Amino acid sequence: MTEMIKLTGLTKRFGQITAVDAVDMTVESGEVLGFLGPNGAGKSTTMKMVAGFLEPTAGSASVCGWDIQRDPVALKKTLGYLPEGAPTYGDMTPQSYLRFIAAIRGFDGAERQRRVDAMVDRIALREVLHQPIETLSKGFKRRVGLAQTMLHDPPVLIMDEPTDGLDPNQKRHVRSLIREMAAEKAIVISTHILEEVEAVCTRAMIIARGKICADARPDELRSRAWNHNMVLITADAGDEATLMKAIGDLPEVGTIDVAGRSGDTVRLRIQPAGREQIGPRIGEFVRSKSLPVRELFIEQGSLDEVFWSITTDDGKQDSEHA
Amino acid sequence: MRNIGIIARREIGSYFGTPLAYVFIVIFLALSGALCFYLGGFLFRGQADLEPFFVYHPWLYLLLVPAIAMRLWAEERKTGTIENLMTLPISTPEAVLGKFLAAWLFCGIALTLTFPVWITVNILGDPDNGVIVASYIGSFLMAGAFMAIGSCMSALSKNQVIAFIIAATACFLFTMSGLDLVLNFFRGWSPEWLVTTVASMSFLTHFNSVTQGVIEFRDLVFFVSLITFWLFANVVIVDLKKAA
Repeated sequence: MTEMIKLTGLTKRFGQITAVDAVDMTVESGEVLGFLGPNGAGKSTTMKMVAGFLEPTAGSASVCGWDIQRDPVALKKTLGYLPEGAPTYGDMTPQSYLRFIAAIRGFDGAERQRRVDAMVDRIALREVLHQPIETLSKGFKRRVGLAQTMLHDPPVLIMDEPTDGLDPNQKRHVRSLIREMAAEKAIVISTHILEEVEAVCTRAMIIARGKICADARPDELRSRAWNHNMVLITADAGDEATLMKAIGDLPEVGTIDVAGRSGDTVRLRIQPAGREQIGPRIGEFVRSKSLPVRELFIEQGSLDEVFWSITTDDGKQDSEHA
Repeated sequence: MRNIGIIARREIGSYFGTPLAYVFIVIFLALSGALCFYLGGFLFRGQADLEPFFVYHPWLYLLLVPAIAMRLWAEERKTGTIENLMTLPISTPEAVLGKFLAAWLFCGIALTLTFPVWITVNILGDPDNGVIVASYIGSFLMAGAFMAIGSCMSALSKNQVIAFIIAATACFLFTMSGLDLVLNFFRGWSPEWLVTTVASMSFLTHFNSVTQGVIEFRDLVFFVSLITFWLFANVVIVDLKKAA
């Protein structure tokens, strides 16, 4: 594992506004980093600086050891960058566009055509190869952008919302592409689709107001949710009091309350007293006492909750109270 | 150098991939022909030369060159493709030069296609072909200077219409700077050397001296240094404004 991307105190100000505020981060080969944050948090600005499109106001960024200010062209050679919205020249066909990119990336003659062909097959562009890009569907346009990003098989990929605006099948396809490449590359994707982070990322970073607020594995992040390890029990309405009493007396249990009723059933919500897993303990207890429980469910916590609590003021207060 | 060529080829390809190239060439040929025959009185002046043809080129370029130049950078910024272009492993001067050369070469193609006028004048009489070659070279250089101004102005705005108007105005000032219209503005308050400098910037003055058949070194230097200056400014502006 080697350090492929390194940011040190990277800062970008637009006039009075600090879009990115002294961000430090390293990404190693083999990692897929999910860059999360509300709109306007500084995700795109950070990525644009690493890709060499924006000049940082302060701090430094390097990719594969190339500094963005000193060796921008060498850095851009090692990098595949997909800008937000995957803009491409609409009047060109995928074929001519990819040939142009391949030429700029230094491929000639037969090698150039081989690269283009391989990418066209891999990303399933064959059927639209000779149509102007502006006439293609959103999914195909995005795929042309992805093909351009990966054409030179770069060791580092930075993709700004690679699945934005795609239908579920296309999203799935793009995610599987990213997973295929993940082993030997360092990949950074930005997204605000949280399921995507769980599906492809080995690491998640939450950024808000230009600052990094969290940096952890997706499952670690999820364990910070207020409802992580919460146990939900469904039972007959008539057994409510018995269960509340029996389970509420367990030392591991913090609180127990009614989450909802429907018809003749009731749902009880059990919060742990500490951070430990209480699911198995309650399951065992229910079995040993033969308590009248219909269904027992252990909540894993969701990234949504964590994201909300980290990136909003309301969320912060809420998680402090919880 | 390699990258400049690749970018220029892509640009030229996109001119001919859209109606732009054909519309431009047809209008350029029609206008240059009409001006030459009707306003210039090509057939009735009883002289076998192409002066009535070349004399309208500054005015033709004033309208048509900014129309080609306006999209060079404004369109890239508007559609966001500039983010792709500038994150490819190329330098800004390579991108600026590649785009400029493509646009200039395209003007060259349109200019070359006026060759029937040259054939006509040779059939009708016995012109001094040396003067005509010099005039073609001068006209091409002047188109390059207009294009460099236009390319630079195109980098200033995302809006192609604004880019067109600023470029046409700047080109107009450079064309007219030898005439009282512009010079009187400077005469009242500025020192004599400034007035002379402004007057010496005139495209008309330099172009007219070339169309006399003498390609003087200082006229060459004038157009080449003007192109260099505006392209340099273009590079600076692209770097400053690409992300704005």
